[in-house]
Amino acid sequence: MSVYLLRRLIQALGVVFAMSVIVFIGVYAIGDPVEILISPDADQIERERAVRALGLDLPLWQQYLVFLGKALRGDLGNSFVFNEPALQLILQRMPATLELAIAATFGAVLIGLPLGLYAGLRPNSVGSKAIMAGSILGFSLPTFWVGLMLIMVFAVQLGWLPSTGRGDTAEFLGLQWSFLTLDGLSHLLMPALNLALFKISLVIRLTRAGVRETMLMDYVKFARAKGLSPFRVTFVHVFKNILIPVVTVTGLEFGSTIAFSVVTESIFAWPGMGKLIIDSINVLDRPVIVAYLMIIVLLFITINLIVDLTYSLLDPRVRLEGK
Amino acid sequence: MTETPTLEVRNLRTHFFTRAGVVKAVDDVSFTVPRGKVLGLVGESGSGKSVTGFSVMGLVDPPGRIVDGQILFKGQDLAKLSDEEMRKLRGNRIAMIFQDPMMTLNPVLRVDTQMIETVLAHEKVPEAEARARARDALGMVGIPSPEERLKSYPHQFSGGMRQRVAIAIALLHRPDLIVADEPTTALDVTIQGQILAEVQKLAATTGTSLIWITHDLSVVAGLADDIAVMYAGKIVEQGDVGEVLDHPLHPYTHGLIGSVPSRNRRGEPLRQIPGMTPSLLSLKPGCAFRARCPRAQEDCAEMPELHAWMPGRLARCHHPHLEPREEAA
Repeated sequence: MSVYLLRRLIQALGVVFAMSVIVFIGVYAIGDPVEILISPDADQIERERAVRALGLDLPLWQQYLVFLGKALRGDLGNSFVFNEPALQLILQRMPATLELAIAATFGAVLIGLPLGLYAGLRPNSVGSKAIMAGSILGFSLPTFWVGLMLIMVFAVQLGWLPSTGRGDTAEFLGLQWSFLTLDGLSHLLMPALNLALFKISLVIRLTRAGVRETMLMDYVKFARAKGLSPFRVTFVHVFKNILIPVVTVTGLEFGSTIAFSVVTESIFAWPGMGKLIIDSINVLDRPVIVAYLMIIVLLFITINLIVDLTYSLLDPRVRLEGK
Repeated sequence: MTETPTLEVRNLRTHFFTRAGVVKAVDDVSFTVPRGKVLGLVGESGSGKSVTGFSVMGLVDPPGRIVDGQILFKGQDLAKLSDEEMRKLRGNRIAMIFQDPMMTLNPVLRVDTQMIETVLAHEKVPEAEARARARDALGMVGIPSPEERLKSYPHQFSGGMRQRVAIAIALLHRPDLIVADEPTTALDVTIQGQILAEVQKLAATTGTSLIWITHDLSVVAGLADDIAVMYAGKIVEQGDVGEVLDHPLHPYTHGLIGSVPSRNRRGEPLRQIPGMTPSLLSLKPGCAFRARCPRAQEDCAEMPELHAWMPGRLARCHHPHLEPREEAA
């Protein structure tokens, strides 16, 4: 087990390093931030001073080495725009995004699993057909459109829910969270639902497919032949088996939810990382973009590791070995 | 007064209502299994033998359904029981062993979980007692160090050992009847022999009756008391196992026996039954075997009845092998 973890750690370092190179070159290729950051009225001397101050006068490989040297000391550079450490800037916004992503993922599992289970157990019922049709909508309706519709119905027409911001927050573990206050919760509901919609559909379909496949297995028939109650057959024998794919996909989806909640955050003016990254790309704030992408890489690596560990807990046939 | 048999199946019909039409997987099947006896249910794939077994267990899944007939278990008609009443019998008085031991145990649950839940499904006993019973059952089927093996997962067992675990689960409540659906087909010949001996011993000591479903005549020859040969959803021949195997009446049974390799016919090509089992969707009226039958005549276009040609010897044929059989045939 520890050999396995060590191997994973070394692999992770390799991934982070490779990613940093790709990100650095990629961001360099997008465009020259000097054109945007420095006022067009500035004269040549001012320009050069600014360029030197930002370290943009060096060749790319030297810029990269400087970045790498600082990064190893935990410094991912200062934002060109805010003149604050990029890392700090992102970490300030991270709780908001995390909260949104966690709420969306929980919602997806809490809603998707029971619906999928029902659809799998009663595949021919009207309810199950309605669920499946609904899941197609969840898959295919664009997030931004659903978000706007939610705002129009629940914020504008009915006036039930607020449409922008995080609302009141309360401190927990040294960070500000919306879900701890009623006002914050009402702010969280719509964006979380918006973000969860696709995932709910995904979980429904995965669960349903898993249930239908598992129900045909001999071990389910054998469980019934043992005289177990239908409840135990479903919730122990079937459920534990379908959890395996659901956990895998939900885990990976959680990563992409955090990374790409941009659309939802923009529509609901949710002050998270997604909004920051879009703003930063607009002004070519290189350190922020690079720092953001590096954090996302670390996030994915961590989530994948957690998924693998969970997987081995759920499926005894999977043993994590260092071989 | 004769003893009530453990199982008496009368005119069982189990049909599958598929989109392509009605599949009469089991069509008018009757047999009796007395207490402590073993019935060998023999036939090719798709002959309806497994569906017969599942019908007895009450485990026929839609689109399949028992449409007619009685399944009298110690005089009680199982076909009339509610789901819950049937559940209470399943795994308790009637147990089943499946064909593929690699597939019958749930891969994500430990063996003790799967055994203890079986005990607790039918009896309110403390968990420690259920565990003790599970351990004893494992020991009974010849699994070494059962206490430790209880904590293992199914994938940590070999195929033969898994089938022993499945048999141990079936034996937990000392059932009156075990339906064994080709339980040794997926195993090595040596393991197969061990398991057969084990089961025979258990049946003899506990008075458990067995329905042993198989396509392997050599297994039936050594194990069963009676034999029923199925073809296309119907029993075509039935009787004492020794007599049927020595002097088969039905041309199909004759063909089956002829297609088993034998030392007496060394060097001769193996005989086989020409053609294939008919699709149950497109059964023509009349004897289902007549297209493959060497003795078929025009009157075979009419379905023969299951007729007692000799005392205790039933065959569904217009032209059975009644003439004295030449040896070494």
